[in-house]
Amino acid sequence: MIVLENVSKSYSTGAPAIKDISLKIDDGEFVFIVGNSGSGKSTLIKLLLKELEPSTGSIEVNGKNLKNIRRKKIAEYRRGIGVVFQDFRLLKDRNVYENVAFAQRVVETPHKIIRRRVPAMLALVGLAEKYRSYPKELSGGEQQRVAMARALVNDPAMLLADEPTGNLDPSNSWEIMKLLEEINNRGTTVVVVTHNREIVEAMNKRVITMHKGVILSDEKKGEYSYENQYSGI
Amino acid sequence: MKISTVAYSCGQGIKNIKRNKLFSLASVGTITACIFLIGLFYIIIANFQYLVKEAEDSVCITVFFDEDIKENRIEEIGELIRKRVEVSEVKYTSGDEAWEEYKNTYFAEDPELAEGFKDDNPLAGSSHYEIYLNDLKMQNAFVTYLKTISGIRKVNFSESTASTLTDFAKMVGYVSIVIIVILFAVGIFLISNTVMIGITVRKEEIRIMKLIGATDVFVRLPFIIEGIVIGLIGAVLPIMALILIYQKIVVYIMTQFQSFTNLVSFISARQIFSVVVPMALLIGAGIGFIGSMITVRKHLRV
Ligand SMILES: Nc1ncnc2c1ncn2[C@@H]1O[C@H](COP(=O)(O)OP(=O)(O)OP(=O)(O)O)[C@@H](O)[C@H]1O
Ligand SMILES: [Mg+2]
Repeated sequence: MIVLENVSKSYSTGAPAIKDISLKIDDGEFVFIVGNSGSGKSTLIKLLLKELEPSTGSIEVNGKNLKNIRRKKIAEYRRGIGVVFQDFRLLKDRNVYENVAFAQRVVETPHKIIRRRVPAMLALVGLAEKYRSYPKELSGGEQQRVAMARALVNDPAMLLADEPTGNLDPSNSWEIMKLLEEINNRGTTVVVVTHNREIVEAMNKRVITMHKGVILSDEKKGEYSYENQYSGI
Repeated sequence: MKISTVAYSCGQGIKNIKRNKLFSLASVGTITACIFLIGLFYIIIANFQYLVKEAEDSVCITVFFDEDIKENRIEEIGELIRKRVEVSEVKYTSGDEAWEEYKNTYFAEDPELAEGFKDDNPLAGSSHYEIYLNDLKMQNAFVTYLKTISGIRKVNFSESTASTLTDFAKMVGYVSIVIIVILFAVGIFLISNTVMIGITVRKEEIRIMKLIGATDVFVRLPFIIEGIVIGLIGAVLPIMALILIYQKIVVYIMTQFQSFTNLVSFISARQIFSVVVPMALLIGAGIGFIGSMITVRKHLRV
């Protein structure tokens, strides 16, 4: 379970990116986070990954306050999380296979398992033939799918995906969403940031709408419709 | 830490070296020079000490007596000498024994010629003590003392070349320690810079690794291995060079200066390199480890 209490985050410059947010996400939930550009969605993801520290307030994951995780235990915490970064963050000097395998090496998965698991993951995101390509030889959508494969390869308990379909055509976007849904059905908590209105409406999940650093609305499964998204402004 | 992780880190470490050829080469070069000199100085000093030891063991003082000395006075003198702390061994040779020895050496092929001296030992006055000292530095003072003893006609001793040898070896030792320390520091400095370049180039990559759950050890290990491998390469080269040179030089001296090969002897290559090889490898790996560790600890605290 993820619990945010009165969390704010200010960068050194400008207005706070997140203002006094309180939020609860249960284990096994599927949550969309939507909102304008600059509304603080990525900042929220980074806080959950402990890439950033909140300026005030507390974040608890599975009963543990992230602030109290000792430096040496941060790696362990992050291993439970699969993450797709908005800017992919693939390792530029390694091919597709190595990028995905890398996530497994980090958690010291035996060689034999890596060799079986990585191709299977790549097939799942439709990149089986491109396993020897380097990131710069891939389209944006392809890089995004490598990032997805890397996030999922360790069967994480929690998946944080920052615009995982931002560069994908509709059919590929749907494939990825189906994949996320399947993973969620197997018990993984899934948090997806997206701008894709069509998908959000069709998927019929909980939707948190952000605006200028605050939560504008938090609609349970089935309540969301784009029309009432900005009715409160 | 699993074996597969160590193997992976080794692969990454070696990749780092290849990617950063110029600096890796500079580091290898410095360490090669450093270890070459350490090895060279060690070999020189070890041989010097060996030489000095041999020389010291064979240097002795010879004491001859007045022509008309009595047997019991010789014994008294013997007692006096034996009592001195600096004396390690005293050997008495009587005039007759001296003659026997001389005869055996020089008249071996012509014993009849020697017979002519039968009743008139030409070396009758050459009874003497051979005195071996514990420490050659005391030789001069000891000789002065011997000359004060009545009944002693003559004291033979060689000017102490051995002790100047010792002083020289010491000086070589000090100078080499200074040079070695400087090279050691330069080696560590270069390795730590080489590793730092690798880290700077991969800053972003390291950040990503950390964000997907890599531990400090996992991130650091390739860089530490990079340092150790550079250090080991830097040790293997001078070892091979030293072995080659040592054998060449020993053979050269033995053939070119045959006249003094009975004066000079060398420690066998096998014996000296059984020390030099492990020492060089250890120093190489040590410089590499320290150099990379310094950088890694400073720059990889993400
Ligand atoms: N490193 C940073 N330093 C300073 N300000 C930042 C930094 N990162 C983000 N911001 C600011 O924080 C606010 C929220 O940014 P964030 O990236 O969370 O938005 P977002 O909702 O993810 O937007 P998008 O949909 O465009 O990805 C923005 O106003 C942005 O300018
Ligand atoms: Mg964003």
